[in-house]
Amino acid sequence: MKTGNKASTAIRLTVIYIILAIIAICAIYPALWVLMSSLRPGTSLAGSSLIPDQITIGHYIELFTNQSFQYGMWYINTLKVATLTMIFSTLLITLSMYALSRFRFRGRKATLTTMLVLGMFPGFMSMIAIFIVLLQLNLLDTHAALILVYSAGSVLGGFVVKGFYDTIPRSLDEAARIDGATHLQVFIKIMLPLSRPMLTYVSLTTFTGAWVDFIFARLVLRSKENWTLAVGMWDLVNNFQNSNFTLFAAGAVLIAVPITLLFVLLQRFLVQGLTSGASKG
Amino acid sequence: MNRHRSTAAVLSVLWMGLGQLYNRQFVKGLLLIAFEAAALLYFIPNLGKAVWGIITLGEKTQGLEKVGKIMVSVEGDHSIYLLISGLITIFIFAVVLVAYILNIRDAYHTGSLRDNGIAAAGLRSSWANMTDRHFPYLMLSVPALGVLFLTIMPIIFMILLAFTNYSSPNHIPPESLVDWVGFQTFRDLLTLKTWSSTFVGVLTWTIIWAVIATVTTYFGGMIVALLVEAKGVRFKKFWRTIFIIPYAIPQLISLLVMKNLFNGQFGPINQYLSYFGLGKLPWLTDPTWAKVTVIIVNMWIGIPVSMVLIMGILTAIPKDLYEAADVDGASGFQKFKIITLPFVLFATAPILIMQFAGNINNFNVIFLLTNGDPVNGSYQYAGSTDLLVTWLYKLTLNNSKYNMSSAIGIIIFVIVASLSIWSYRRSRSYKEEDMIQ
Repeated sequence: MKTGNKASTAIRLTVIYIILAIIAICAIYPALWVLMSSLRPGTSLAGSSLIPDQITIGHYIELFTNQSFQYGMWYINTLKVATLTMIFSTLLITLSMYALSRFRFRGRKATLTTMLVLGMFPGFMSMIAIFIVLLQLNLLDTHAALILVYSAGSVLGGFVVKGFYDTIPRSLDEAARIDGATHLQVFIKIMLPLSRPMLTYVSLTTFTGAWVDFIFARLVLRSKENWTLAVGMWDLVNNFQNSNFTLFAAGAVLIAVPITLLFVLLQRFLVQGLTSGASKG
Repeated sequence: MNRHRSTAAVLSVLWMGLGQLYNRQFVKGLLLIAFEAAALLYFIPNLGKAVWGIITLGEKTQGLEKVGKIMVSVEGDHSIYLLISGLITIFIFAVVLVAYILNIRDAYHTGSLRDNGIAAAGLRSSWANMTDRHFPYLMLSVPALGVLFLTIMPIIFMILLAFTNYSSPNHIPPESLVDWVGFQTFRDLLTLKTWSSTFVGVLTWTIIWAVIATVTTYFGGMIVALLVEAKGVRFKKFWRTIFIIPYAIPQLISLLVMKNLFNGQFGPINQYLSYFGLGKLPWLTDPTWAKVTVIIVNMWIGIPVSMVLIMGILTAIPKDLYEAADVDGASGFQKFKIITLPFVLFATAPILIMQFAGNINNFNVIFLLTNGDPVNGSYQYAGSTDLLVTWLYKLTLNNSKYNMSSAIGIIIFVIVASLSIWSYRRSRSYKEEDMIQ
């Protein structure tokens, strides 16, 4: 009886491990494949094997030296746009969601419902209008325009943060208020230190959002030296994907690596952010 | 007794800030006076033009005009610029109006304090009062302004477009004017054969897609989560890290890579298939296969998120439930059916609906992977895998059918918004918001 049980447990575990291994291969195969392709000499999509016979970093060098791309420039642009967007969005989101979570004021429920409803419109439907507004403000082809639009739009996605603040006991800030702290002091001294996982989550998602957006950025940024990586990548895809696949692969790896590393390293916060947003609906 | 409060309020009605001056709040009063002066300077030339622009959408067509003896080309009215700048002016007017009302209330309030013998607050204590009692309004005002001009204004503009004839080839400014046409666009969309058959076809596929995409990622995620969390499985963190990778790679990249993986001629997947002696499959070029492909790829992208969510919930299920079931001699499957599944479903019901709504608007997967192709000859500007959103994108950016795309956008919005509001109102966080504290 006992040995039979043991044997069946072993079989069950083996089956589970095999399934897990198969899923794991499916999960990382595309990433591995594009990495290997970027290191393969030649330009064609068709490669005989996953692991190339010869390894070259020529495609990476070409990205930075070829005159028709300004990959280095785009990288700096993207870093600038994404970092500033991250700072402004995080500031706006945390402060406004703190206010929405902690205070009971007139128009609060209406604000929450409006936020929810506005988030339902397909984002790029407003693109034409924003484009014309930017044109009239003379902000087309500037990075300020991107940062402004991304940051202003990010607030609508702040529900997760509000849900997080809802879970912090209110007795904490009430005690501080009795001791004479202002609201801003309560926020900076008590709330911010407690909300580190949420801050990480918000900064990460806003940074990534700005890093990968190509739809709006392509509309706003007209001159090549102002492009962000995602726009340049889109151009690369449209012009070179068929003729120079390995170059595309190298570009893809360079864009994906920072974000992927950040996500994997910070996955603990990510999981917390996702689940706290979830249990709060 | 109520001398001060009515005098101050009336003065503030006459001109912003006068009431505050009367209440001896000089700095505030002067600032408000300057504010109204600036507002009037802006509105006197602009407000009338804004209203005229929105109502008429311009009257003068671009064309040649005879000046003296020679013909010169004159610029016509640009209907779309008129509409947008009119909207902006009216929005600014609304903001100023709110400030004006607040100014009257403030004068009245301070006046009544003085009636009761309390001196009017100085600048410093006004500021302190503002950051204390009105803290939430202060914190929300900056994002609110951003949202007002960069989200609400564009959305209203877009809604208005659906009631115009702004579309190529006949009504594109500056060559020609745009007019209001009422519900004509919606009527065309639903009754003109070419449009309505595309609309019905794309809508049907959008709903089928949203259902399948949600169900596959949700239950796929649940299976993976159960496997990782199964009793006896080791290296749980390692497995989780591996499975989270598809979520960590930016979709822009992973989808473009997938597009090449599934390439019919040179893609490695077809190469493997032919290596094993199987025929190549038309992953992205056959209408039915393309639909299968987008669903498979979407599983790859969507399962990690569901997995993470469900793992979090699995750990929250009370262990004694399982122990009680063990005592009753329940099998593994029974335990899953009676304890795990209901618990997880109950906890994730709101997200499930949000994911469904998100999939209706899932732009990235379709746009980057198939771009809506393969082409469907009987559709208007749409392909076989196009969702409503990607169709809308094509109508706007490639075909300049702005009014039609706005009408479709409104329809998408109605579907998604009613789903989300329904689920949000049902969610525990909305009902029991104040009970956690």
